[in-house]
Amino acid sequence: MYTQALNMAEADDRHIEDVARAAQFQARIDAEERIEPNDWMPAAYRKTLTRQISQHAHSEIVGMLPEGNWITRAPSLRRKAALLAKVQDECGHGLYLYAAAETLGTSREELVDAMLAGKAKYSSIFNYPTLTWADIGTIGWLVDGAAIMNQIPLCRCSYGPYARAMIRVCKEESFHQRQGYEIMLTLCRGSAEQKAMAQDALNRWWWPVLMMFGPPDATSQHSDTSTKWKIKRFSNDELRQKFVDATVPQAQYLGLAIPDPDMTQDADGHWRYSEIDWTEFKQVLAGNGPCNRDRMAARRKAHEDGAWVREAAAAYAAKRAHRQTAQAAE
Amino acid sequence: MATPNTPLWEVFIRSRNGLAHKHVGSLHASDATMALQAARDIYTRRGEGLSIWVVPSTAITASDPAEKGMMFEPAETKIYRHPTFYEVPDEVGHM
Repeated sequence: MYTQALNMAEADDRHIEDVARAAQFQARIDAEERIEPNDWMPAAYRKTLTRQISQHAHSEIVGMLPEGNWITRAPSLRRKAALLAKVQDECGHGLYLYAAAETLGTSREELVDAMLAGKAKYSSIFNYPTLTWADIGTIGWLVDGAAIMNQIPLCRCSYGPYARAMIRVCKEESFHQRQGYEIMLTLCRGSAEQKAMAQDALNRWWWPVLMMFGPPDATSQHSDTSTKWKIKRFSNDELRQKFVDATVPQAQYLGLAIPDPDMTQDADGHWRYSEIDWTEFKQVLAGNGPCNRDRMAARRKAHEDGAWVREAAAAYAAKRAHRQTAQAAE
Repeated sequence: MATPNTPLWEVFIRSRNGLAHKHVGSLHASDATMALQAARDIYTRRGEGLSIWVVPSTAITASDPAEKGMMFEPAETKIYRHPTFYEVPDEVGHM
């Protein structure tokens, strides 16, 4: 039913941005009403959400790659089944999110094409490699943990379809984080080599995970309007701090050291982390992370290799439809 | 290469608890059979339902949000349609 938004865009809000409507819209947001696909919305709201939701969808899809790397090498059948289910979930999350983004009037095909053309971004974190099995544990524990921290407030986002998709996603992410922590726990209780492997993975992932929350509040370019529109409910730094505070005790339980020797706990109980290397973040976003080219090449190859399937399915559907019309005419 | 658009379907699932089919989301598929299989994979990975409907999105006619007032206001003023409109003394008990 959301496709109607696709048909209406021309007639409805391309040119009209009248002040009264914008004020009415903001009043609805302030009253905690949900905005639905066919409702009037400012063009900038539509654009911001299309960008954010599609980036989120691309991240879920690209996020399958680093973990998919370990499916065939999982250490046991139990771990393999869990990892397979998790990667399948990420695919599902990508699809819910594409569906939510499409309600804003851009088709999934256009969104995917923009990503494959390198015009749309995905989360910086997926440009790091998964070198050992401990990376799979760390991704579940920290990357999914950070994602949950980010996504829970999005369940109350002002845009209805996005909020509803996030509710489903958050329910499923909880399994991801727990399976990751369990992997870490098993490694930390294992041999000295296994524990060292867990520590090494934490050392490599810690800072990139903190970067997942985005640039510091002082420099974030999208935060102000996103907050006004209740797309974003907490700032990047607030969420990052919440994540660090939740994670430090978990690391302590594992007996692992956070790779930030200067980290201290303040009087309010918050763990104060050291300065983040934002140059690295910018480099990764600009396409110069360790795996950017690999990820894009893998997505493009998958898309191209799947072309014949899409074409065959469309041809078959057309043939069947044609035959039905012919039978009906007899 | 431009990708041809695949039709959109709306997915409805009836959960175990005997409630009616409920809209859960949408998906793309080239025909009904594939839509049903994709709905199974995307929306019922954890036993969410016992029955799935898929409906071409184009087959749905929706009310216009701009005419929300005209459409739903008449019901809002008819409070005598609700049981709480009528006074029943406490002594009569639950009714």
